[in-house]
Amino acid sequence: MELITKPGLSNCEKKNRSLIVAENRHRRVDVEKLIEKTLLLSAAVFVLIIALITIFIFAKGLPLFSKIGLGDFLFSNQWNPTKGFFGIGTMFIGTLLVTMGAMLWSVPIGLSSAIFMAEIAPPRIGKTLGQLVNLLAGIPSVVYGFVGLIVIVPFIRESFGGNGMSLLAGAIILGIMILPTIINISRDSLLAVPNDYKSSSLALGATHFQTIRYVIVPAARSGIITSVVLGMGRAIGETMAVVMVTGNSAMIPTSILAPIRTMTSNIVLEMGYASGDHQTALFATGMVLFLLIVGLNLIINRLAKAGTDDGRG
Amino acid sequence: MGAVSIKDRFIYGLFYLSGLIIVGILVSIIGYVIARGVLVLNLEFILESPRHAGSAGGIFPTIISTLYLTLLALVIAVPIGVGAAVYLEEYALSSSKFAWLVNLTAETLAGIPSIIFGLFGFVFLVIFLGMGWSILSGGITLAIMILPTITRTAQEAILTLPPEYRENSLALGASKWQTIRKVILPFALPGIVTGVILSIGRAVGETAALILTAGSSLGMPQSLFDPARTMSVHLYMLAMEGISLERAFGTAFVVVVLILIINYLANLSLRRLSR
Amino acid sequence: MRRKRNVAIVMVGMILILLLAVAGCSQKEGSKSGDDGQGTAKLEGTLTIAGSTSVQPFSEVLAEKFQEKNPGVKVNVQGGGSSQGVEATISGAADIGAVSRDLSDEEKNRAKLTVTPIAIDGVAIVVNPANQVSGLKTEDVKNIYLGNIKNWKEIGGIDAPITVVSREDGSGTRDAFTNIVMNKEDIVKSAIIQNSTGAVKTTVAGDKNAIGYVSMSKVGKDIKALDIDGNQAIEANVKSGTYKLQRPFIYITKDNPQGLAKAFIDFVLSPEGQNIIVEEGAFKIK
Repeated sequence: MELITKPGLSNCEKKNRSLIVAENRHRRVDVEKLIEKTLLLSAAVFVLIIALITIFIFAKGLPLFSKIGLGDFLFSNQWNPTKGFFGIGTMFIGTLLVTMGAMLWSVPIGLSSAIFMAEIAPPRIGKTLGQLVNLLAGIPSVVYGFVGLIVIVPFIRESFGGNGMSLLAGAIILGIMILPTIINISRDSLLAVPNDYKSSSLALGATHFQTIRYVIVPAARSGIITSVVLGMGRAIGETMAVVMVTGNSAMIPTSILAPIRTMTSNIVLEMGYASGDHQTALFATGMVLFLLIVGLNLIINRLAKAGTDDGRG
Repeated sequence: MGAVSIKDRFIYGLFYLSGLIIVGILVSIIGYVIARGVLVLNLEFILESPRHAGSAGGIFPTIISTLYLTLLALVIAVPIGVGAAVYLEEYALSSSKFAWLVNLTAETLAGIPSIIFGLFGFVFLVIFLGMGWSILSGGITLAIMILPTITRTAQEAILTLPPEYRENSLALGASKWQTIRKVILPFALPGIVTGVILSIGRAVGETAALILTAGSSLGMPQSLFDPARTMSVHLYMLAMEGISLERAFGTAFVVVVLILIINYLANLSLRRLSR
Repeated sequence: MRRKRNVAIVMVGMILILLLAVAGCSQKEGSKSGDDGQGTAKLEGTLTIAGSTSVQPFSEVLAEKFQEKNPGVKVNVQGGGSSQGVEATISGAADIGAVSRDLSDEEKNRAKLTVTPIAIDGVAIVVNPANQVSGLKTEDVKNIYLGNIKNWKEIGGIDAPITVVSREDGSGTRDAFTNIVMNKEDIVKSAIIQNSTGAVKTTVAGDKNAIGYVSMSKVGKDIKALDIDGNQAIEANVKSGTYKLQRPFIYITKDNPQGLAKAFIDFVLSPEGQNIIVEEGAFKIK
């Protein structure tokens, strides 16, 4: 992610500047040092938290693999805790499908509304829309889940058959839930594109739409990618609403109307009453989820870096 | 500027449509919750304590618990989150391993499902550190959950600062910290406020992690060490245990109205600040 | 700039005032209950109950009444699930654990736990009220949940596929159901899984082809309980044992219950406490 690089201020310059400041202000140096240390500690909190979470989740999940093989755990489709079968293959696929389903519709709509709000709509309407989106972000998962259960599930049942609790219902609700993440962050980064870019492009004879497409969106790419990744993370991690509308059957779905179970659902469904190996297996599911998200972040991190290098090189 | 072609018009139409879809989704969800919730709503519902496990009486303690938990989470997370953002953007060298690690962990933290925070909070805070189910355990867990949002929005806001501002301030002889305090933070304030609003939304709406850390006791919390039940947890209990779907929607109504008020206040302060 | 800072100060001030107001409110409430406490009660302190969400509504109503009788006592009732209840009781985070299934051997081995059954709960097989089927044999229910019977017409209903709804693995209700009806055989994989009574209820109430099972105390107008082998799902049949689908609600304590925990459990087992349990829809333990 290109969050750290600042245009026009290289690392070298930064260093020089702090040196000059340090020379000029001997007395202030102590305070400045103290502040820097404090801020450094704030940043270090992130690393500390991740370390703690990793230690505690792994300590609870790893013991499972002394009983069953890692391969069986990851790829077996047999989940039957009372009989000692712990395979999360179906849930892995469930998570993948429902996340993809949600992003399939919410990324295009989210991004185009972000562009609409930032560039096309009159500023007042753009602002109002922004406030509405914040409102959407504030609605609790449980409320989404219930609205999904009481409105969307029956709608699917009546229109397409089946029970209605399905991959489709999950994708619809999840898509709504990740919209604010996608819209807010990509809109902010679109708005942050300096006005000069836009006016130069327009002055060169490009149409408004061409300017959006070839100047503003590429300039805001870092923020847009971030918004999509965060949205994806939220989709993968969402629990309460998904549990309520997807039916949670531990099997590979045969159609978009079939029920599915995600990894998060698996944890939240069974954690309350699980004990012994069963509980360990749920922590192990959490571990896999955790590693998945870490892996995803690493990949995106690389991609974003490669992307900007190409763009600038 | 050239004439707008038919193709462009069509694409504009699509953009307008997506804006409309967002409004449509929001209006139908909020409308539905309000229509179902308004029937149960009266002053007693807001100001009385629940009776009979929540199937009678009001939701007052859950409102107070929500306030407590959200405030505690913000008090912990805002200084740390903004501090981390300032460090990453103004002090750390972008090539440093440490900055890379912090950015990566922040992203990872943002992606971790709330149920995992709940499990972690339960194992670490409630059991290992012996804080028990309490406002403290819940508040810390919530703070961890909203940290990435606050840091990221603050980072994005600082990033948009035109480099001249910083350079001018430094050139005028201001120290680094003075520049941050007088130039960078005021400039980034709208972004920080956005992060805080998003975080409040998450804090007010969180269920899974709070059941495991703050507990779900219906009493009025009297100290940081008392367990508490937030409105969202109350809503979940009422609805999922089949105690009262009506009251669940009443509670949902209050949550949504609260979010409306928070947003309104935040927008108001934003407008003042940007003037 | 100055103006901005003023606004910031005002905002911080408002938050502080709000905090103080909130703290003041709850403190007042606290001291009030303290004053009342000097009257009748001898008991004082805080009791924490944690565990099964099926038992939680019962514990909450019992706690309300117990606190009315003993104003010096604060009872915190937590959910989390049976296993969390056991975990919390062993670790000391809770004084009493509420469990809606039998303890596993592993749990029994982890610490010396005293088990006190406090109520009996029937498990009802429920369908949508629009369903014309009003009773089934245990064998039919089993075959539906095994996936052998797939259509309502096979058992006297209309020609429509059955939507099988079940609880999650580890749930006390499911435990009772699989032991008594399924003979521990596996429930069909395509079954819809819901992790709470309310969610099963909502699913069955919304789908006219659905079948599910929930605590008898939660059967209402929106779902219909089926007769099993000709026995109605009512208290008399649960008590006589002709209606076999039932499970205990238990409280567990580390060692023998003492002090406040003992007083509370005694209250729950007293005629008054047992009446509350009956009012809430479960059955007396004796």
